[in-house]
Amino acid sequence: MRALCWVAADDLAVREVPDPELRNERDVIVRVRRSATCGGDLPLLAGRHPLLRPGDVLGAEFLGEVVEVGPGVRRHRAGDRVVVGASVACGGCWYCRQGLHSCCDNAQADLPGADPDWARSDAGCFGRPRAAGGFAGGHAEYVRVPYADVSAFRVPDAVDDDRAVFAADVAPTGWLAAELGAVRPGDVVAIWGAGAVGQLTARAAVLRGAARVLVVDRHEQRLRMAERHSGAEPLDYRRSDVAAELRDSSGGRGPDVCVVAVGTPPPRSRADRFGGQHADRPDALREAVHACRKGGVVVVLGTAGGFVDAFPLGALTERRLTLRGVGRPDLRDVPMLLDRMARDELRTEHLATHRLPLAQGPEGYALFRDRADGCVRAVFTP
Amino acid sequence: MVPMGRLARAGPALGGAALAGATRLLRVPRRGGRPGADGDAAGPARWEVVTVDRPPEQVLPDGRWPEPLRRLDGAVEVRVRPAPGDRGTELAARPLAGVTPPTGLAAHLVGDDPGLLVRRTLRQIKQRVEAGEVLRADRSALDRPEVHG
Repeated sequence: MRALCWVAADDLAVREVPDPELRNERDVIVRVRRSATCGGDLPLLAGRHPLLRPGDVLGAEFLGEVVEVGPGVRRHRAGDRVVVGASVACGGCWYCRQGLHSCCDNAQADLPGADPDWARSDAGCFGRPRAAGGFAGGHAEYVRVPYADVSAFRVPDAVDDDRAVFAADVAPTGWLAAELGAVRPGDVVAIWGAGAVGQLTARAAVLRGAARVLVVDRHEQRLRMAERHSGAEPLDYRRSDVAAELRDSSGGRGPDVCVVAVGTPPPRSRADRFGGQHADRPDALREAVHACRKGGVVVVLGTAGGFVDAFPLGALTERRLTLRGVGRPDLRDVPMLLDRMARDELRTEHLATHRLPLAQGPEGYALFRDRADGCVRAVFTP
Repeated sequence: MVPMGRLARAGPALGGAALAGATRLLRVPRRGGRPGADGDAAGPARWEVVTVDRPPEQVLPDGRWPEPLRRLDGAVEVRVRPAPGDRGTELAARPLAGVTPPTGLAAHLVGDDPGLLVRRTLRQIKQRVEAGEVLRADRSALDRPEVHG
């Protein structure tokens, strides 16, 4: 089959690779219909992962049709159209039973000679290095999906592929951000980053009854999207005093909930760090901590973070803020989000600014990485 | 040297009473620091422990060591106790002092760290009990005939 493979830093190629196969009783094989670029892929694309190998298949977010079913699968059969959650999760460990699927204890593939690690960030995710316990990604014609009864969700007929593909990761991440922020009716919510996750966080906040939702970015087109599709108020930080605007918008209190959805910079290489290039300053996070009202919640989203410097810890403690983090979303919200998509409460297809055949995967990632041509997400069709 | 727990002496089969009284019977003082850190080079290895989100009777059905732990009979000692907060079972194992290291494939896999084999074994037990199977990696392209594009 054809798949989008990592070749070297900033070098991807569509290659012929062996078809996936059922490896466990709870696996299914999915024929991919859509797959989307993801911010968590960018550090991989840049070659920042030490265990990434040429030929590893990228793609954490995808949707397709079940074509092969393992004997231990109960909820799916061949022909089902499913969206696959970005977190591989067993459904039976303590974390899964608490709904914390992204923390699943049993999501790391068993590799001979590998030292088990109960909480590897690379495990339990599609399109992450096999050598780190990850699984081949969805930028391919076919994908193996472990624990399919837990990780794959049948898509309602009323939801088309271009909308449903964002139920894999973007929509649940946005919903989880609003949930962790405990957004409630009447709240003022500020979101840094008007990318796909920021926009759907804004939409989630609106759906949860927030009185005002403000999105901070510098990309005019993304801000317009957030305004049009999420019901958020755009705030261009190149032209505004963000802190002052947020105070004004919240009666001087500061936003009740601040969400940082700017993505996290790829970790510095060891060479950079030894050479004195240390961690980045998290400007958006600093601004969010200083802007948030006393006793408010700051939610940080991102999967690729390493270390940051100059974190305003004093503001956090003095003002009794709660800081919460999300790398990957849990799976529990996916059915609810698909239902909202079916009712048109949640529209996501506009995020696919570039729809391309899989053969143009490298070009799609270049657009996505560089935010060129107004690219928010590139979506591929095999 | 720390005395061996009674469970370890009991071997891979445990009676129901022994399992029920696991906490009382199997408390083995845990050493601080790494093996040999206090100068006792022949001291027991560090315990490797995992919490399995099931009660002890499901982790050790009929009081017997589950596979693949049974394969390490004679090479490890095992400690079992209910996890606090209704979080299942704490299953711990460590290589027995003075036991000949594994040979063959096992030695190839674990190198000079017998603790690695114990950790992998515990992890596999946890996956079997909680998920019903040990999650296998995608087959490496190196394991399969090359496809030329």
